[in-house]
Formats: sequence, structure tokens, C-alpha cells
Amino acid sequence: MRLINRIPGRPAAVLLAALPFIAALILYSIASDIRLEANPADKLLPAPSTIGDTAVRLFTQGDRRTGEILLWKDTFASLARLLGGVGIAAALSLIIGMIIGLLPYARSLLSGFVAVLSMVPPLALLPILFIVFGLGEVSKVVLIVIGVTPFMTRDLAQRVLDIPHEQIVKAQTLGASSWVIATRVALPQILPRLITNVRLSLGSAWLFLIAAEAVASNVGLGYRIFLVRRYLAMDVILTYVMWITLLAFLIDWSLKTLSRRAFPWMEAGL
Amino acid sequence: MSFVSVRNVFQSYNGRPILERVNVSVDEGEFISIVGASGCGKSTFLRMLLAEETPSRGEITIDGGAPAVEPGLERGVVFQRYSVFPHLSVRQNILAGEGFATLSGKLRGSARRAALERADRMLARIGLNHVADQYPASLSGGMQQRLAIGQAMTAKPRVLLLDEPFGALDPGTRISMHAFLMELKAETNMTVFMVTHDLEEGFKLGDRVLVFDKPRWDPHDPGAYGATVTYDFDARDGGIPFQHILDRYPSLSAPAPD
Repeated sequence: MRLINRIPGRPAAVLLAALPFIAALILYSIASDIRLEANPADKLLPAPSTIGDTAVRLFTQGDRRTGEILLWKDTFASLARLLGGVGIAAALSLIIGMIIGLLPYARSLLSGFVAVLSMVPPLALLPILFIVFGLGEVSKVVLIVIGVTPFMTRDLAQRVLDIPHEQIVKAQTLGASSWVIATRVALPQILPRLITNVRLSLGSAWLFLIAAEAVASNVGLGYRIFLVRRYLAMDVILTYVMWITLLAFLIDWSLKTLSRRAFPWMEAGL
Repeated sequence: MSFVSVRNVFQSYNGRPILERVNVSVDEGEFISIVGASGCGKSTFLRMLLAEETPSRGEITIDGGAPAVEPGLERGVVFQRYSVFPHLSVRQNILAGEGFATLSGKLRGSARRAALERADRMLARIGLNHVADQYPASLSGGMQQRLAIGQAMTAKPRVLLLDEPFGALDPGTRISMHAFLMELKAETNMTVFMVTHDLEEGFKLGDRVLVFDKPRWDPHDPGAYGATVTYDFDARDGGIPFQHILDRYPSLSAPAPD
């Protein structure tokens, strides 16, 4: 039997999915053991149990001076920036993408400009943003917006153009105005794509967020990681990295669920 | 005065003639089948009737009105595919036939209730009331085309244009769609243009069959000339329109006076 036709059963599939995680954990434990045996004070690869203790402490114990739990403070600050930036980017790209996709005049005017804009490396603009918007929240949110809006806009405009022309003509024969075609034909059909776009853009949004927080901030997940790096506090860094991964995964999963609930017609054909 | 009149219409793309000197006049309530080889401009002709494109010369008018520059309520259309909206349920698709013409694209209040009632009648008429809340993707090809026709009829167009509406259906479904369309036509007396690849279908459904072909042909440059209407058959009574003429006009059988 060909390899491409061998399909694992349900239990085997679950086991296979778990395997890389278990393997990574075991490999890390072994490496950590080897280093700790040579030098019990080693900070580079703390034992899994140490990371667990640190995680519990970070999540539950307040700061000695202020009593605030820093991890939660960092989480809320970072999530506010991330969701604010991605939300603004999604709204902007939806509006501009629809306009470019539906109106030939707007397409002539903007599509080239957006294509060039999407080639600008956003991190290279970070110093300018700090100069223009200061070191506060605005510059971080703007970095995320600048980073993800152009490619989302291009994709959404293309999706609008991909709507079969027959549908647009049909809507016209039913007497629909440009506005009705935009809101009742194009918009509902690209909303699922907008959610997919947000899911795809979250990866780069996290990247821009952590970069901006690392350069200039006084609170935030990225800020904390780069702060404790100075003390080689690997247990804290690893806890934060796992926490960020979990957050990203949860956001992605909830968007996927939302998409499936909100657009039942997408799956009607499957 | 004919209802739909096509006067001396030419169409060319990038200097290549597609259609030339097309003259057709159609009375209200006639069913016109349009046949011809691939690439002979019959779909182009339909798109011009739809006002999706405007002819490079000549004009097409409906009921003596001004030539249209974009598709509108006067013309209904059913394409081979993609004629219904995938994100709307079957009932909402029919409702769209009335609602899309409003400012917001949605009917409200009593207008919506009245339209819903009419939509349910239309659904019963096209035999889709049992799937009213499903989405088009879960319907069979024949059901989707019935929905597309019902949706187009809901907007009450003056001319219905069908672009190979049954081209993607299996033969059995096609036969039942023919019966459905014949019934609908008998009820509404709507003017219909239908492009088809299937000669038999064209003669079966149409009152007239227009054949598009190229009257001139340059073997060294096949694209040099455009196509036009080369035959205009009377297709009533299965293509033999005069076999009952004596029943209708018995006087014709009387011997000629000396």
C-alpha cells in the first residue's frame, strides 16, 4: 500500500499528535538534567519542576512593593494593545478592501498604493512611530495597525473581486444599488475571510507587539521577557513564552469557532 | 411596434468583430431560443440584451424605451452557475428578489410580512418549500436553477434572459426543468431569451429559434468577420408551425376560385 494511502485511526491520530509535545518535554528534561548535574546552580535550562514553581508564583503572588500580580498586569496591557491594533486593522482593511474591490475608480486610485505600502517593513518604521506618537500606547497600537493592515486589505479586495461576476450582475437585475450590493452581497461573503485574515495576522501582530514592548515600555509581556533576560531568569521567560503561546492559541481557537457558528452557509456544501 | 427591438447591432472586442449587423424584433410573450457554435457570439448577444455590455454600434430597446447602460429591474437573468446568493437561505434568496430594490436592501415591517407570504407562494410554486431554510450549497443543481428562476421572477422583469440555464444538469433533471419552464411560461406570458447548446431543447421550448453563425469566413483569418443571425426559425408546434394551419383557417383549403 502506498504511504499516501495509509491513514491513522482515531486513537493513533491522537497519540501521534501528542508525540511531538511529549518528545520535546522529554528532550528538555534530559538536557536540563545533564546541565544541572554538572552545575546545580545552572540558570540556562531550569528543571521543569522549577518552571512549574515559578509559574505558580508568577500567577498568584503579588509584587513585593506594590502587591500587584505583574503577570496579569502585563497580560492585560499586552492584550489591550494587541486586540486594539488588530481590531483597528480589521475594520480599516474591511472598509478599504471593499471599496477597492467594488469600485473601479477606487481600484485605480488605491490598489497600487496599498501594494507598495504592504512592502514597507513595519519594524523599520518603529523609530518614526516613537518619535511621532511618543513612547506610550499609541505607537505600539499603530505599529500593529501599519504592520497588518496592508496585506489584509489586499487580500480582502481580491476576495471581493473573486465573487463570481454573475452574482453581481444578478443583484443588479434585482434592482440593487451599489450600496446594497456592498452590504448585502459582498460584505456577508467576505466576513468569513476577514476572520481568517485576522487569524493569520495575529502571528505578525504578536511579533510587532513584543518588538515594540521590548524597545520601549514599562509594562507588557514582551517588556517583562526582555527585562528578566538581564538576570538570565530562564524560568520566568519560559513561563511567559508558554503563556503567550497559550493566549495565541486560545484567540485563534475562539475565532475559528466564531467563524463556524456565524457562517453556517460556508459549510452547507461540505 | 415590436417589444424588444435589436437594430443593426455590432460588437467588437479590441478591434476584433464578434457580432455584425444583428437585427431582431421580438413580440411580447415570445420565447426565443438562441443556438450556434461555441464562440459565435450568442453569449455576447445575451450580455448585450442584459445591458452588461453596450454594443459598439446600433441599439437594443425594450418597449420603445431608451437603450440601457447597465443591468436593471427590466431584465431578469439566470446563468448556468452562480445565479443565487450562497450566503442567503432559499427563502431569503427569494426575498432578495423584492428586497434588493429598496434603499437598504432589506424589507421591514408589514412590507416584509407581505413579501414573505409571496415568497412562500413562490417557493411552493417552484417546489422548494420543503428546503426553504437550507442554504443553496445543499441543494441539487436542478433545485438551484429552479431557485434562480424563482428569484428572477420575483423581481417581475419584463424580459427574462437564460444563459444555458440547464447546461450543467443531468438529462433527467433537464427534462423536468423543461416542463417547469413551459408551465411558468404559459402562466406568465413573459418574454424569454434562452441561449442553449442543445438544438432539441431550443426547438422544444422556443417559439422561435435564432441561429448565430458567421456568414463570411476568411480561411486565412478566421477572426476577420463577426457572426450574425443566419436563420430565424418558427419553432411553434415542434418546428412545424403550419401543420395545423388548416384547422385554424379552413378557408385556405378551399379550392382557388377560377
